[in-house]
Amino acid sequence: MKMVKSTLAILTAATILGASGFAQAGATLDKVKKQGFVQCGVSDGLPGFSVPDAKGNYQGIDVDICRGVAAAVLGDASKVKYSPLTAKERFTAIQSGEVDMLSRNTTWTSSRDAGMGLVFTGVTYYDGIGFLVNKKLGVSSAKELDGATICIQAGTTTELNVSDYFRSNGLKYTPITFDTSDESAKSLEASRCDVLTSDQSQLYAQRIKLAQPNDYVVLPEVISKEPLGPVVRKGDEEWFSIVKWTLFAMLNAEEAGVTSKNVEAEAKGSKNPDVLRLLGADGEYGKDLKLPKDWAVQIIKQVGNYGEVFDRNVGAGSELKIERGLNALWNKGGLQYAPPVR
Amino acid sequence: MTTHTFKPDMPPPRKSVGAVAWMRANLFSNWLNTLLTLFAIYLVWLIVPPLLSWTIFDANWVGTTRADCTKEGACWVFIQQRFGQFMYGFYPSELRWRVDVTVWLAIIGVAPLFINKFPRKAFYGIGFLIIYPLVAFWLLHGGLGLENVATSKWGGLMLTLVIATVGIAGALPLGIVLALGRRSNMPAIRVVCVTFIEFWRGVPLITVLFMSSVMLPLFLPEGMSFDKLLRALIGVILFQSAYVAEVVRGGLQAIPKGQYEAAAAMGLGYWRSMGLVILPQALKMVIPGIVNTFIALFKDTSLVIIIGLFDLLNSVKQAAADPAWLGMATEGYVFAALVFWIFCFGMSRYSMHLERKLDTGHKR
Repeated sequence: MKMVKSTLAILTAATILGASGFAQAGATLDKVKKQGFVQCGVSDGLPGFSVPDAKGNYQGIDVDICRGVAAAVLGDASKVKYSPLTAKERFTAIQSGEVDMLSRNTTWTSSRDAGMGLVFTGVTYYDGIGFLVNKKLGVSSAKELDGATICIQAGTTTELNVSDYFRSNGLKYTPITFDTSDESAKSLEASRCDVLTSDQSQLYAQRIKLAQPNDYVVLPEVISKEPLGPVVRKGDEEWFSIVKWTLFAMLNAEEAGVTSKNVEAEAKGSKNPDVLRLLGADGEYGKDLKLPKDWAVQIIKQVGNYGEVFDRNVGAGSELKIERGLNALWNKGGLQYAPPVR
Repeated sequence: MTTHTFKPDMPPPRKSVGAVAWMRANLFSNWLNTLLTLFAIYLVWLIVPPLLSWTIFDANWVGTTRADCTKEGACWVFIQQRFGQFMYGFYPSELRWRVDVTVWLAIIGVAPLFINKFPRKAFYGIGFLIIYPLVAFWLLHGGLGLENVATSKWGGLMLTLVIATVGIAGALPLGIVLALGRRSNMPAIRVVCVTFIEFWRGVPLITVLFMSSVMLPLFLPEGMSFDKLLRALIGVILFQSAYVAEVVRGGLQAIPKGQYEAAAAMGLGYWRSMGLVILPQALKMVIPGIVNTFIALFKDTSLVIIIGLFDLLNSVKQAAADPAWLGMATEGYVFAALVFWIFCFGMSRYSMHLERKLDTGHKR
C-alpha cells in the first residue's frame, strides 16, 4: 500500500514475466479445486485487515475476502491457507504463483495494475492518508496545521504525500520520522509531535494504543487516494471474475438487505427479483462464473455481506470503530457500488 | 617443661574490616570516586523504583482481556493470554505435545554427554546426532502416522530454536570443512573455499533471506514453490558457515608449526593429523569465537520476518497488532528480550564452562 516500492523486485518481475508469458485462463480455478483450498496472501499483521487471533485464526477485511472466495468456489469458507507476506515480497508471491490471490491492503495504482502482470479486482476499502491530533490543539481541519510537527512512519509513501499536500497548500511543517507505528504513537502521547499521520484506517488503531484515546481525534480530511483491493495474476480472466464478483456479491447483498442470518430464508422466498438472481434461485448466473448455483448464498452465509464484514472487523462492532465514510454504499453517501447480477 | 601459649590475635582495627572499610576502599576512596558513587546512586534511584513499580508492583497479573488491565503498570495479562502463541506459533494446540516431546528428547538425549564417565561417549554422540534430527523432524513435521503440520504453522520460540539449532548444527561442520579447505595446498579447493567464504561474508543475512524469498521463486517454474522455512534454513547455514570457517581458521593458524610436523613425524596422514592433533587443539582455542557467532545467529533469527516467518519476536509483534491487544507492544518486547537474554546468557555460561573443562594449559 504505502511501503516504498521495491524497484528491484519490480524490474526483475517485469523482465521475467516478459519472458515467460502470463497465466493460463482457468488455470487458477482448476488448481484451487484440485488442491481443495485457496492459498491467500495476507498482511503479516495489520489491525482490522489481517491479524491472527489467540487461536491463530486470521481475522480482518482482507481475510474475509479470501474466505468469501473459498466459500464461493469450494463451498467452505474455512478452506483457505494464509501466507503472511511482507510488503516487499507480496508481488513476487502472486507473480510466481505461490499464492492464488493477494488480499493484503494493497493500493490500486496504475503502475501496479498495468506494469506488473497483475490486475486489481476491485476496492475492498477506500483508504487515504489522514491526521490524528490532540483535541487540546483545537484543530478541526488539516488546513490549520501550519507550522505543526508531524510524526511520520519512515519509508512509506506517506512521507511523499504529506510533503506534497503541505507544499501545495503553502503550509510549513516539521517532520519527525519513526520506524514503527508503536514509536510514533508514543511520541504523539509524549507531545513530541502535534500530529500523527498515517493511513486513516491505521490511525484508529494508533489511537487505541494511546493511554487516553478520547483526547485525540482523527481529522475528517484525507489527503491522498488509497483504494485497497485484492490482486490476481493477469491473463486468468475466469479467476479474476470470481474474485471480483465475490466482493460484488457481498456489496449487492448489503444493498438488498440480505445478511448472514436471513440469507437462507431470502433464497427461498424473497420478493425481490434482484435477490433471487443473486442467490441463484432464479437463472443460472453462477454458471457464467464457473461456480455452483448457490455461490452467493455460501459467501453471505459463511462470511456475511459487506456491511457485516466491515462492522465486524473495523467498524462499530470492532475495537477500531471506524466510520463507514467513503466505504458506505453508493446510495448512502459512500463510494461502494457493485454492478447488478443479471 | 613449660609450654608457651600465644595470646589470641587481636582483632584488626574496626576501620579496616567490614562494610564501612569496604565502602571506604571501593566507593569513597577519593573525591572523584565519591562523586561518581553518589551520581550512580542517584541514577539507580531515578530508574529502579519506577521500573519495579511498572514491572511488578503496579502491574496487572490477572485477567483475560485488555479491559482487565486497569492499573498503571505493565499488562502481563497480554503475555499470559498469548503465551502459547509466543512459544509455539500457530502449531495446532492439540498437537503441541509433539513440540514438548521433541525438546525433552533433546534434553534427555544430550544429558549423557555431560556425564564424564559415560561409556563410549563418542559413539553415543554420533549416533544421537544422526538419529535425533530424524526423530525431531518426524515429530515436528509429521508423516508416518503423525498428522502433518505445515511449516507455515510453526512459530514463536519453537521456530527460533529450530532455526538456531539447525543453523548451528549445519554451520559448524561446514565451517570446519571450509576452514580446512581454505588452508589446503590444492589450489582448486582453496579457490572454491575462499570464493564461497568471501561471497557469503560479503552479503548481509537479510539480503540472503530476501533473495531466497523474493528472487528465487521467480527463477523456478510457475506454481513450484519451495518450503519457506527450508529456504531460510539453507540461507542461514550457508551464511553462518562462512563466519564459523573464519573463526576456525583463526584457531588453525594459532597452532604452532611444530604440532603439524610432529603429527607428520608420527606417520599420520592429512585427515588423521587434522582429526587427532590439530583440530582438537584449534577448536578448543576458538570456543569463545564460535559461541559468539552462535549467539549472534540466535539473535539474527528474528530477521526471518522479512520472509514472513514468525519467530518469537515477530509473534510478539503480530500479537500486539491484534485489535484486542493494541498498545501492548512494550510488554511484548520486554518479554521477548527476557527470553532472548536467558538463552544467550545460557550459551555464554556454557561456553565458559567448556573452556574451563577443556583447559590444558594453553592459557597464559
